[in-house]
Amino acid sequence: MRVPVSWLREFVDAPESLSPDELHAALVRVGLEEETVHTFGLEGPIVVGRVLEFVDEPQSNGKTIRWCQVDVGESGPRGIVCGAHNFVVGDKVVVTLPGSILPGPFPIAARKTYGHVSDGMIASARELGLGDEHDGILRLAELGLDPEVGADALPILGLDDWAVEVNITPDRGYALSIRGIAREYSHATGAAFRDPALAAPLPEGAAGRPEESNPVTVTLSDNAPVRGNEGCSLFVTRVVRGVDPTRHTPAWMISRLALAGIRSISLVVDISNYVMIELGQPLHAYDLDAIRGGITVRRARKGERLTTLDDQDRALDAEDLLITDEAGPIGLAGVMGGARTENSPSTTNILIEAANFDPVSIARTARRHKLPSEASKRFERGVDPAVAEASAARAVELLVELAGGVAVPDVWRVGSLTPREPIILPGTFANSIVGADFSDSETVDALTAIGAKVSATPDGYSVTPPTWRPDLRDKADLAEEVARIVGYDRIPAVLPIAPPGRGLTREQGMRRAASQMLAANGFTEVLAYPFASKRETSLIGETVPAVELANPLDGAAPYLRTSLIPGLIAIAQRNLSRGLVNLSLFEQGTVFLPSNAVPADGGALPAGDARPSDAVLEELNSTIPRQPLRIATLLLGDVIPKQPGSPAIAAGLPDVLDAARMIAAALGSTVTIKRGTVQGLHPGRTAIVSTAGEQIGFAGELLPSLALELDLPRRVAVVELDLDVLIRLAPRETASSPIAVFPAATQDVSMIVGEDVPAGDVLAEFIAGAGELLENAVLVDDYRGAGLDSGSKSLTFALRFRAADRTLTAAEATEAKLAGVASAAKKFGVVVRE
Amino acid sequence: MSDPSPITDQAVSDAKAAALAAVNASSTLAELKAARSAHVGDGSPLAKLNGELRNVPADQKAAAGRLVGESRAAVSRAFEAREAELSAVEEAAQLAAEAVDVTAVPRRWSPGARHPLNLLMERIGDIFIGMGWEIAEGPELEHEWFNFDALNTDGDHPARSEQDTFFVEPTSSRLVLRSQTSPVQIRSLLTRDLPVYVVAPGKVFRKDELDTTHTPVFHQVEGIAIDRGLTMAHLRGTLEHFARIMFGDGAKIRLRPNFFPFTEPSAEMDVWQPNAKGGARWIEWGGCGMVNRNVLRAAGIDPDEYQGFAFGMGIERTLMFRNELKDMRDMVEGDIRFSQQFGMVV
Repeated sequence: MRVPVSWLREFVDAPESLSPDELHAALVRVGLEEETVHTFGLEGPIVVGRVLEFVDEPQSNGKTIRWCQVDVGESGPRGIVCGAHNFVVGDKVVVTLPGSILPGPFPIAARKTYGHVSDGMIASARELGLGDEHDGILRLAELGLDPEVGADALPILGLDDWAVEVNITPDRGYALSIRGIAREYSHATGAAFRDPALAAPLPEGAAGRPEESNPVTVTLSDNAPVRGNEGCSLFVTRVVRGVDPTRHTPAWMISRLALAGIRSISLVVDISNYVMIELGQPLHAYDLDAIRGGITVRRARKGERLTTLDDQDRALDAEDLLITDEAGPIGLAGVMGGARTENSPSTTNILIEAANFDPVSIARTARRHKLPSEASKRFERGVDPAVAEASAARAVELLVELAGGVAVPDVWRVGSLTPREPIILPGTFANSIVGADFSDSETVDALTAIGAKVSATPDGYSVTPPTWRPDLRDKADLAEEVARIVGYDRIPAVLPIAPPGRGLTREQGMRRAASQMLAANGFTEVLAYPFASKRETSLIGETVPAVELANPLDGAAPYLRTSLIPGLIAIAQRNLSRGLVNLSLFEQGTVFLPSNAVPADGGALPAGDARPSDAVLEELNSTIPRQPLRIATLLLGDVIPKQPGSPAIAAGLPDVLDAARMIAAALGSTVTIKRGTVQGLHPGRTAIVSTAGEQIGFAGELLPSLALELDLPRRVAVVELDLDVLIRLAPRETASSPIAVFPAATQDVSMIVGEDVPAGDVLAEFIAGAGELLENAVLVDDYRGAGLDSGSKSLTFALRFRAADRTLTAAEATEAKLAGVASAAKKFGVVVRE
Repeated sequence: MSDPSPITDQAVSDAKAAALAAVNASSTLAELKAARSAHVGDGSPLAKLNGELRNVPADQKAAAGRLVGESRAAVSRAFEAREAELSAVEEAAQLAAEAVDVTAVPRRWSPGARHPLNLLMERIGDIFIGMGWEIAEGPELEHEWFNFDALNTDGDHPARSEQDTFFVEPTSSRLVLRSQTSPVQIRSLLTRDLPVYVVAPGKVFRKDELDTTHTPVFHQVEGIAIDRGLTMAHLRGTLEHFARIMFGDGAKIRLRPNFFPFTEPSAEMDVWQPNAKGGARWIEWGGCGMVNRNVLRAAGIDPDEYQGFAFGMGIERTLMFRNELKDMRDMVEGDIRFSQQFGMVV
């Protein structure tokens, strides 16, 4: 809502010196949100001039310019070049003199053009911010103005005005009007408020409302109320005859509308917009002579269509509320009028509609037709039903005064105002929820100030909210009003004492530990968006069903991720494009895994006013896809770059296997690595990662062809683990055993085995066979070549044996070693290499 | 006349002199070792002379023994002294040879970095845990009922269309990417025993294009406390305590009236940031209020027995004004230089 300050001053006393900042601050204090300040962006000297004479001068570019002599109230005329031709000698115009500034900012200077020095500029309406008219210059006579030559043009045209813009929260529909903002300014500052809805004069003879004289009878016929509420509760009509369609909108109205963000269209339309901004009541002005028979307000019928004012032919929905005449729809109620009964340049007789529509019905129609109009914005938030007649009267007054019309004094009204039910406010309630010490008189004064009727009851108050506050529905709403008007500054600060808490849960602690572990070991944490293209849902790993968004931001990425790796790839690509070529990235985040398709029926929505049963809650929860937490890393380039005396170490499979082990270690757990295959990964460099016998993810290098296609270096290593499962299977309490202190016996063993047999498998068999004397075994060499059959390799392990209760003899260690060899031999046919 | 002695003064003196000369001539430990072998070891002149002692006539034995012994001791001392000397020289030379340029030693390890948004959420969680609160969680892909209806925002509420929510195909599934962390509030109230004091940090989603101040995926932290007798004074007290830990002892909270469907009364909160670069200032921080009686009813709580407050703020925004960041895009693009500025601390 934009609030021109000159308009505001009509209804509330504001100091002459009021600045935009002060006005914003006052409105913010009572709950409006500060946005921006609007001005016309003009700086003088911008004065009234009169064209004394001009010469048309054809130019080589085909244009004809006018070389004008203009009187601007100085000793002599000024010579000004003008490209427009819509004026005659003697016209009064607006001249921007050298030194003035137009919005842009465009400073005006005397400059040489078309062979003359142009000593200023004759302005168009658009250049001044008064409209879109750019075909010609602004002739002041058109606005009904005849000011003195040389006078400052800015105040004459209302161009010295300014407006503040505030955001109106959805509960405060009444504040979408100068009337409402003036009231709020009064609440904030105590300044005197004059309600313009009370000031509008009632026409003579209005009391009679003789139906027989009504040129258009109105019938309200809602056979399908939305959520039980009639679509139209009140419909007020007035008639003005003999309007002069050649009259222009006055400058003061154009400038106020412009500051309010509304473009001037025609006098009749401008007047209805002006009244809407002033009083908050959307109006519609019909060409009375275009209406066929009486008006019926009803729901749309199947197949009905309406061409609205924006020239869109719209298919109507059975739930749309319509204004209709005998020939069909003439308006989408509360949203936009129809083209057939629109005012035209020949319209002289006007029917004014000031109606009150159900917010929900209007909101649904506006959303359905994607038509968020100024009218629908107000009806959605609730329009004061008591302001309908005053608004119609104000429009009539302006049509008479500015458009030369003759008012028909009768007021016709169908429907009625539903009286508000009082709300019981216990005397202690406001302080019991706000925690302040508001006195009884402060409470009563605050509620009275906002327009409520307050009467005392034995234990509190009975409060009838004003007609413009449909948002006030219970005692908590009233408590907020009291706090708002008296001031939130009165609320003290008291720290509540929570019951003893249990700290981070095991899961929360472990998730942090996993990320800390990776970051401490050289990985950089990133946060990718969870949106994925079709391809990205099946790039790496198993292809699983994905959740698709109905309204994605990027149509190319409508899915929710099923893996963290595509996001890491995209981030890697961005880093590479910025010349960052050595990357160790990780992310911990959610993936979205519907078991199959997303359920088409999310179940009935329980009402939000009571706890649904456990069965209903369970049903709601059961429709939500599984969202496991994953942790993934991606490396490319070098983990250690080349340095003096030390070669580069390229990132690869070892780093992601280490990452898997480190993540597990952070949780006090371990993982096992097995050979495997995963879609999108190098078939010879892929590992399946498991813990406690359960597969939790994979690690490997991207297929080189895929890396190439993704504009990545040939070697990219990734790991992705299901962190939820890893945490679930991690040991609850860390097991430990006494540390044996007897001397160790160390030996090596070399075993010849087929080169396809994984060393890890040989080791696992060896360890199983060697028994508990074997304390540690590490692969130290993998030899192939001379001395071995082709197809064989020799694996050498360094072994450490120890007994808990004695010093081991070499013979005992050897015996254990041979038991290990026997076990590996049985499984893989290994032979000891002597 | 006894036999002449096989050990003459001259012979001993010559052997000693030769040995001492060899000591002095040795310039390395290796040469010294060879010299020691030649002049002290078996077969050396002094060793041989020593071996001849048994052939010395008895009357001369004592004198000869003393002469040879003293010479051998002198030679041995000379060797030890020279060895110490040469060891020191050689060790010094080796240390000199092993010296490196400590400003150019290769790095074998360098730390990575956490994302500052996650660090900040963890920091905030810790502050509330210190107050006895707990951290609550909920799904990012959420059922509409938890995201809207249970929060006093039914299908026709203007606030429901104002937020640009991501909906799932088909929309009849009633699944949305949560547009706020508030559904975690209602889940906490439905599943926890009263009183409840929890904070819920997490990701939220709104259909905003990425620019310097908007991102479609961002983070919030919300807090909710439901107990007997809680008021807006407790809300303000909690926020001020939180603000002082986040922004320094001088921090304070200002409340302004506002509207949220799930609170009544509602407030916008500003925080006084005493240590801001460019001077202390008020800055808009988030929204808060007393939990709407309808929200309590949706969770099966009697609003006349229990009441409480809720608050929420954006993590991105907090990071921006707390750490003087200018561009939201830096937080989401994943440029490693961004997280690495923070390292392990925000």
